[in-house]
Amino acid sequence: MSEHGDPGGGDDRAAAPDGIGDSDDAADTDDADEPPLIAVRDLVVARGGERVLDGVSLSVDRGELVGLVGPNGAGKTTLIAAVNGTLGIDGGAVELDGTDRRALSQREVARRVATVPQETNTAFEFPVESVVEMGRTAYVSRFGTTTEADREAIRRAMERAEVLEFADRSVTTLSGGERQRVLFARALAAETPGLLLDEPTASLDINHQIRTLELVRAVVDEGKAALAAIHDLNLAARVCDRLVLLAGGEVRAEGTPREVLSDDALAEAFGVRAAVNDDPAVGSPMVTALREEE
Amino acid sequence: MTRVWRRTAGYSAALFALLVAVVTVSAGVGPVRIPAGTVVAAVANAVAVPVGVEWAAIAGAGAGPLTAGLPLRVEFAHPFAFPVSETHRAIVMRVRLPRILLAAFVGVGLATAGTVMQGFFRNPMADPGIIGVSSGAAVGAVSWIVAPASVLAVLGPLRPLLADGAGLQIAAFCGALAAGFGVYLIASRDGRTPVATLLLAGVAVQTFLGAVVSYLLLHSGESIRRVTYWLMGHLSGASWSEVTAAAVVVPVLTLVLFAYARDLNVLLLGETDAVALGVDAERSKRVLLAVSSVLTGAAVAVSGVIGFVGLIVPHGVRLLVGPDHRVLLPTSALAGGSFLVAADTFARSGVAELPVGIVTAAAGAPFFLYLLRTREVYDL
Repeated sequence: MSEHGDPGGGDDRAAAPDGIGDSDDAADTDDADEPPLIAVRDLVVARGGERVLDGVSLSVDRGELVGLVGPNGAGKTTLIAAVNGTLGIDGGAVELDGTDRRALSQREVARRVATVPQETNTAFEFPVESVVEMGRTAYVSRFGTTTEADREAIRRAMERAEVLEFADRSVTTLSGGERQRVLFARALAAETPGLLLDEPTASLDINHQIRTLELVRAVVDEGKAALAAIHDLNLAARVCDRLVLLAGGEVRAEGTPREVLSDDALAEAFGVRAAVNDDPAVGSPMVTALREEE
Repeated sequence: MTRVWRRTAGYSAALFALLVAVVTVSAGVGPVRIPAGTVVAAVANAVAVPVGVEWAAIAGAGAGPLTAGLPLRVEFAHPFAFPVSETHRAIVMRVRLPRILLAAFVGVGLATAGTVMQGFFRNPMADPGIIGVSSGAAVGAVSWIVAPASVLAVLGPLRPLLADGAGLQIAAFCGALAAGFGVYLIASRDGRTPVATLLLAGVAVQTFLGAVVSYLLLHSGESIRRVTYWLMGHLSGASWSEVTAAAVVVPVLTLVLFAYARDLNVLLLGETDAVALGVDAERSKRVLLAVSSVLTGAAVAVSGVIGFVGLIVPHGVRLLVGPDHRVLLPTSALAGGSFLVAADTFARSGVAELPVGIVTAAAGAPFFLYLLRTREVYDL
C-alpha cells in the first residue's frame, strides 16, 4: 500500500541516497532553509505514566554526526526509538526531512532513517547476506522480489561495512564485532539519508570501536545525517561534530564536544566530579571521572 | 536474492515430485493392490476438457459442481481412453483418490500454518492450534455430534447449510474461528497484540475448551465412539465435495502466507527491529494470525484434530533447509502433504483402520527425534 505514497516508483530507489520524497531540489542546493533531516521538537515520551523524555529538542543535518551522551537511563535508546517509529510519541513532534513522522507510513519512515540496533536477535542461522538484504525490506513489494537495484545496494553496503568476505556465513558464527558490522551493513543497504545508531560500540573491543565509528564518520562525510547514542564520552568526543547531553529525560547541554564535556552539567548529569584534558594522542577533549578524594 | 529463489524452486520441485509419487503409490495400496500405471491411466481417463457450452432447457442437467443450478450444459471431451477395468477405476476415483487428495490438502494446510505459528511466536512448541483454533473446532464438532440441536440454536442463520450434510464441518469451522478470534480479542489492547500475551491467552483458552470437550464426552452416551474417532483425527469417508472445498481454500490461503515470508523473516529478529526496517508489524501479525487460523480451522473441520503434522513437519524441514521462510514455507507445505498422505495410507492399510492422528504421532515423533539427534539443530 504505502509504496504508492512515493511518487516516481522505481527511479526513486536509485536516487535514494540523494534524498527521498518531497524536497528533491532542496537537496541539491544546500541553502539554509533546507529542513534538518532529523528534527525533534519538544518531544515527550511516557512509559507507564512516567515521562522518559520530557521536552527534548534537537536536530541533525546532512553531513553531521551528532552524539547522544548521558548516564544510563537518560532516555537515549527511547529517543532513538521515538525517531525511528518503534515507539509512540506522547507530545511534541519528530520530523524527518521536514515531514512529521506520524504522517508517514512505517515503510516511508524506514526509507528516511535506518537504525543500527544495540542488539538484535541473531540466534537464527540466516546467512550474512540475507540479514543485510532485510535492510531492503522497505523497498521490496510484497509480491515482488529484490531487483537489480536492491542487489546492488546490498553488495555496496556489504563492501562498505567490510562483511563481503563472509556473505555466505551464518550470522551465528560471527564474533561480536563482525556481527555489529553486519547490522551496520543492513542499515547502509537501506540507502537512507538518515542513520540512527544505538550504542554501536557497546560490546566491541577498542580496535573495533574505532573501526566502527570511523565507518560511521565516513558515511556521514559523504552526506548522511547520523544520530548516535554513545555512552563512552571520549569516543563520542573524538568522532562527533556535536554532542547532546541527555539526563533525566531532558537535554542538559548541547554543542561541540569540547563545550559539552567542559560543561558543569556533565559532571552533574553523571553525578561525578570530572576533569577534562586534551587527549595526548589524538588531541580531542578527554574526560576523566574523579573519585571524591582525588 | 536469486539464490534464495533457486533453492526454493529446487526443493519445491523435488518435494512436489515426491508428493505426486506418494499420491500415486498410495492410490494403489489397499485391500485391492493396483499397479501405479493403472492408477495413472485411471486418473488420465477422468481428465475432462470442456469443449463447448450450451444453454440447457432443464436447470442443472448434466452439470458439474461449477454449473449446478445454472441453465448451462458444458460439453466435455475425454482426451484419454486407456484400458482400465471398471472396478479399478471405481476404487481409484471414488474410494481412494478423494481421501488421498484430502489428506494432501490437509497436510499442506497444517504444515504451512504450523510453520507460520512457529515463526510468528518464535517458539518451537507452537503448532497450528496454539491460539485455540483446534480446541474451538473440537468443541464445535463434538457439540454437533452430541447435541446437534444446541449447535443449530447457536448457528441459526446457517441452518440451511448445516442441514446439507456438512453440519459437522461447519460447526467445527465456526468453533475454530470463534476460538481464534476470541483469543485475539483477549490478547489485544490499544491496537497492539503482544505475542507473549497471545501465547498465554491461547494456552488458557485451549485448557478451558479442553474442559468443555471432556464434559461433552462424559455426556456423549452412544456417540462416544464417533466423538473419540473425530478427536483423534481421521480422513475416512472423504468426499469429492470436501476435496473441492479444500482445493479452493488451502492453496489460496497458503499462497497468501507465502507472500508474508519476508515479513516472517524480519519478525524473527524481533518486533522492534522489524518496525525499524519498515514492516507494519501489527498489521502483518494480524494477517498472519487470521489467515493461518482460517487455514487450520478449515483443515481441522474436514479431518478432525490431526496432531503433530503442524508441529513436526516444519521442524523437520527447518533442520534441512534453514530458517528462511521464503524456502521454508513452500517446502514445509509440500512435505506436510506427502507426510499426511503417507501416514493416512498406513492408517488405512492395516487389518483394522486406525485414525490417522495416531499414525502421525506414532511415526512422526521417532522420525523427528532421529532428525534431532543426527542434524545440527537450527535455533528457532
